[in-house]
Amino acid sequence: MKKYLNRLSSTGKYLLLYGTLLVFAALFFFPFYYMFVIASHPRATMFSTPPNLWFGGALWDNVHQLLFEQNQIPYLLNYFNSVAIALLTVVTTVFFCTMGGFALAKYDFRFKNFIFFFILATMAFPPFLNIIPFYRMMAAFGWINKWRALIVPGMANALGIFLMRQFLEESIPRDLLDAARIDGLNEFHILMRVVFPLAKPAMGVLAIIVFVGQWNNFLGAFILLPGIRRTTLPVALNTLNAVSYGEFGMVYAGTALTILPLLLVFFFASRQFISGLTAGSIKG
Amino acid sequence: MKTKTTLWESIGFNQKLAPYIFVSPFFILFVIFGMYPLVYSIYMSFFDMRLVGNRGFVGLSNYTRLFTTDAFFAKSLINTSLLLIFGSILQHVFAIPLAIGVNSKRLKARHLFKTLVFAPYITSAVATVIIFGMVFDHNHGVLNYLLETVLQIEGGFRWTTQGGPIKAAISIMLNWRFIGFNMVIYLAGLQGIPDELYESAEIDGASTFQMHRLITIPMLMPIIFFALTLSIIGGFQLFDEPFILMGGYETIGGPDQGGLTVAYYLMFLGFANGRLGRGAAVAWVLFLIILLFTFINRKVTNRLQR
Repeated sequence: MKKYLNRLSSTGKYLLLYGTLLVFAALFFFPFYYMFVIASHPRATMFSTPPNLWFGGALWDNVHQLLFEQNQIPYLLNYFNSVAIALLTVVTTVFFCTMGGFALAKYDFRFKNFIFFFILATMAFPPFLNIIPFYRMMAAFGWINKWRALIVPGMANALGIFLMRQFLEESIPRDLLDAARIDGLNEFHILMRVVFPLAKPAMGVLAIIVFVGQWNNFLGAFILLPGIRRTTLPVALNTLNAVSYGEFGMVYAGTALTILPLLLVFFFASRQFISGLTAGSIKG
Repeated sequence: MKTKTTLWESIGFNQKLAPYIFVSPFFILFVIFGMYPLVYSIYMSFFDMRLVGNRGFVGLSNYTRLFTTDAFFAKSLINTSLLLIFGSILQHVFAIPLAIGVNSKRLKARHLFKTLVFAPYITSAVATVIIFGMVFDHNHGVLNYLLETVLQIEGGFRWTTQGGPIKAAISIMLNWRFIGFNMVIYLAGLQGIPDELYESAEIDGASTFQMHRLITIPMLMPIIFFALTLSIIGGFQLFDEPFILMGGYETIGGPDQGGLTVAYYLMFLGFANGRLGRGAAVAWVLFLIILLFTFINRKVTNRLQR
């Protein structure tokens, strides 16, 4: 009898666990679902009571309105800007951070430890600390509305160098580097032909972190790329949202199209994304 | 056969020089884009710097007026603290039990659940505010509809036009976006707790709740404090969500400054109001507050690890 009760309560716990997690999963996913619901409704049924919970038939109309019937933002151009800036940031950042991480992982040199801790210590400064003079400096450089303003300052950043150092420390044997030197490769060749190919997994992790960060970067684009034709999706969507009195269908369609590609890639490569995006916290 | 060694090659073969060259981009960029504006912002904070020019040295008055006559700064500190508690720290109250639940050995589809809860983390603040716009809408939103029909609260709340509800709305968005991230950090921590501890506790007849209270939480303590530190550092710098939800500089934090955070206020001072010196002073006060909390957390964590 006691055994039976135990088993019952254990099944109960099991159901309770599943139930709770299911409710949470639904709560977390609901906003995404709801975004597509709104994006598919025409203005006429947008504000019905009770609120719409199922798709309407106007998704294409809303997309059409977003792309061709409004002149607030050049959505496709902003899309192109976002993709280009994010990719350029990924390529440059991964390059410079792998280089820096390699130096700290595989060479012995004077002040190495000091340099490493100095780089780590710079992470303690919040970006808001110098943002006002930083902006004035960018303006003095003439970099406002130039993509490089968003790309160059963070190209060799502390988190990236730290992550690459941790990875390269373990994954590249020094013997291999010495063998390459005996074969007549100089240090730059070693970096390009030995380190880069071997560091691909870590470079992928850093690429995910950098891409997601830049794709979602609102503040940077807001102050450095104020021109609507030069700017990225977060700023453009914010502008559209602010001026589109009641035209939610178009705004939500624009938001959905912004999120969807990243969300799909995330679902297909969720293991890499989740471990990558938390790597900075878990390895630290 | 080599005939001539170029300068590039002779540098390239210099094993002593190479590491300095490899880390040099960081230092070059840091000096230009990090350190120079940093030092300049200290300087600015002691002057009455305006958009159009420098009106001279004012000593500490940019700092002192923040704590004496500046009602907006006081308001922004209160708002930031409330959002820190309900937006940033509350996440952990959800994230830890969720992580324990997801870590349960009997759970199937663990990864699917992780994926669903983590997904909001890759969504931008702008998209989050837009998506939640129709959730929080005063007249047509889902939330007010539920409040009216289920809880019988007539008219619901004015989520974007009243001080308290504004902070609640921002907190809900922050919880949505970051609980999954924290849950994953805790899951990594849970996997480091040896199974033997639970097995011996089970033999001693401990209930599930007791096991988590007496084993899981104490073992997780260093990670809890680490994750809390991250959240607190991020929480003090909260800008995107309130700024976007409240419609930017013009409203200075929305009705009754209900969404004005410290970072929002410093951006307002520096970018819309043309008071660069005062903005810089706010930035340094913010930095000192963050430093203080980081220091306290480190002390506590060190004590826990001993």
